[in-house]
Amino acid sequence: MLRIEELSYEIKGHRVLKDVSLQVRKGEVVALLGANGAGKSTLMRLISGELKPSSGNITLFDKRIDKYENRTLAQGRAMLSQQHAINMAYTVKELVVMGRYPHFQSSPSVKDWKIVQETMAICGVADFADRVYLSLSGGEQQRVQLARVLSQLWDNPDALLLLDEPISALDLHYQQKVLSIAKSLSRQGFMVLVILHDINMASLYADRIIMLKNGRKWLDGTPNEVLNDKNIYTIFSVESSISVDNHSLKPHIFFKEMHIEPSFFNSSLQPVPAEDFWRTDRTQIQEK
Amino acid sequence: MVLKQRIILVVLVITMVLTAIISLGLGAFNIPTKEVFSALTDKIGLSQNATADEMYADVLFAIRMPRVLLGMLVGAALGISGAAIQGIFRNPLSEPGLIGISAGASLFAVLIIAFETLLFVGLSELLGYYLLAFGAFVGAGLTAFVVYQISKKNGRPNITTMLLAGIAINALAGALTGLMTYMATEQQLRTITFWMLGSLGGATWENLRAIFPFILLPLVSLPFFGKALNAFSLGEEQAALLGINTDYTKRWVVLFSTLAVGASVAVSGIIGFIGLLVPHTIRLLGGVDYKYVLTGSMLLGAMILTLADVLSRTLVAPIELPIGVITALLGTPVFLYILIKENK
Repeated sequence: MLRIEELSYEIKGHRVLKDVSLQVRKGEVVALLGANGAGKSTLMRLISGELKPSSGNITLFDKRIDKYENRTLAQGRAMLSQQHAINMAYTVKELVVMGRYPHFQSSPSVKDWKIVQETMAICGVADFADRVYLSLSGGEQQRVQLARVLSQLWDNPDALLLLDEPISALDLHYQQKVLSIAKSLSRQGFMVLVILHDINMASLYADRIIMLKNGRKWLDGTPNEVLNDKNIYTIFSVESSISVDNHSLKPHIFFKEMHIEPSFFNSSLQPVPAEDFWRTDRTQIQEK
Repeated sequence: MVLKQRIILVVLVITMVLTAIISLGLGAFNIPTKEVFSALTDKIGLSQNATADEMYADVLFAIRMPRVLLGMLVGAALGISGAAIQGIFRNPLSEPGLIGISAGASLFAVLIIAFETLLFVGLSELLGYYLLAFGAFVGAGLTAFVVYQISKKNGRPNITTMLLAGIAINALAGALTGLMTYMATEQQLRTITFWMLGSLGGATWENLRAIFPFILLPLVSLPFFGKALNAFSLGEEQAALLGINTDYTKRWVVLFSTLAVGASVAVSGIIGFIGLLVPHTIRLLGGVDYKYVLTGSMLLGAMILTLADVLSRTLVAPIELPIGVITALLGTPVFLYILIKENK
């Protein structure tokens, strides 16, 4: 179990995360929701070890994560980041096999290659295993990265999988597919913590939803418990109405159109008359 | 490493050895390849009928062989440290010169040339020829240390700061070197210029022996960082998530590269472009996996520098061209070609 207690993170006197406590149990998909700057990614980076907390504890199976050996931790914890800074011409296969690095010393075993083949097939990238990663589209690149992260944890039923906006670059089919892979892995024992912006996807695939606001944990519960119009307005300042889907019995959120009055812009500049806008001598007209 | 990469490495080993043997015979004084072979087999006791001409053997063993071996060592050191530095900075256009190592080494060497008679008389008597090499080595180590200390953030080296500090150190060292050349006498200026452009002309068994351990250590150790450097290309955070000890990797890769480059600059002056171009060529030949790129750059670096040295001593024989001029003349067009090709 992943247990986070009273976790705070401060940068240059600014508290980005304030006393957050939460748990992710084995076999559970937990979605992290919140507005931009709420602290979701910071929380993820603290769990991944990229940042060091100012105070508080993160424990994995009752042992603090900084007490684990690098390699042991890497065999049981992986994170899919939002951005990937690769500028060398690695092939897809070469990248995915890097996920097996914590498992072998100098060269991958037959088992490692088997896992790589499996995860590439599941993420739909096996067909271009020998293509150069940089030549792929954004969505395809994201799936290659997912295959790499999955191959890192594939044979560990106690693994912790951290996904930071995994579906933002994907088409509808793969959005569903990625989240269903995560859910299916959780049923085999994985702990999955995923940052999402699509509330309906979170409702559909998460067992539990945690909402953050201004660096604090605001809400924590099943989709049916936390997803209502009041909470959504509190977190996102967006109006919505909720109905329960007959098939899945999960809440489905319908958003109301946001309307901004033209007076909102409150510009003191006089707009250029429409008929003059595309004229080449516009600057001269304005000067007159 | 895939089969194609293994084959490339084997081919490189064979061509490197052949290049070395052929280049033993070439120079202002040519030795026929047949004589080279018989002298070599004589030496290692393979053939008993000593047919080798004694004069050939003298030139071969006293002059040519230390020079070819030095060229191979320096080329291998520059090639592998170029690849390693590119890996650690995740920047295919970087080389040891970028973080100021070469500039620091050259600044100290130039300081010694300019002030030898004034300040370093005692040291000069003690160290003799080694004073210059020693100075360059200290300069390389000191710059690496300063750049590393400046780049530390919360106790961990920050790569961006390290690059920026390197640029600043480069500018400072360049300015000071320029100042020295302005103050130097004509004789000193000639030494400085020749040294700044690089040359293997000073090769002897003594200085070969002096730098051998400093270059051998990085040559043996750096290939073991292949896996870590591959993980680094995903970003430092992802490398850490893959169980790589990133601080350890950064510290040792920079240290070994400094050792290799410092020792090379110490005996042969500044030889540009090998550290940049060789890893690029290796990648074009067989892919970007660092387990292959590191070893490949070491072998190709050794081969290319041996070839460049042959050109430097045969093109306008008996006069020798500085080897840095040859590597830059050959390297620039190839490098620009790669840039244009990659841009398309």
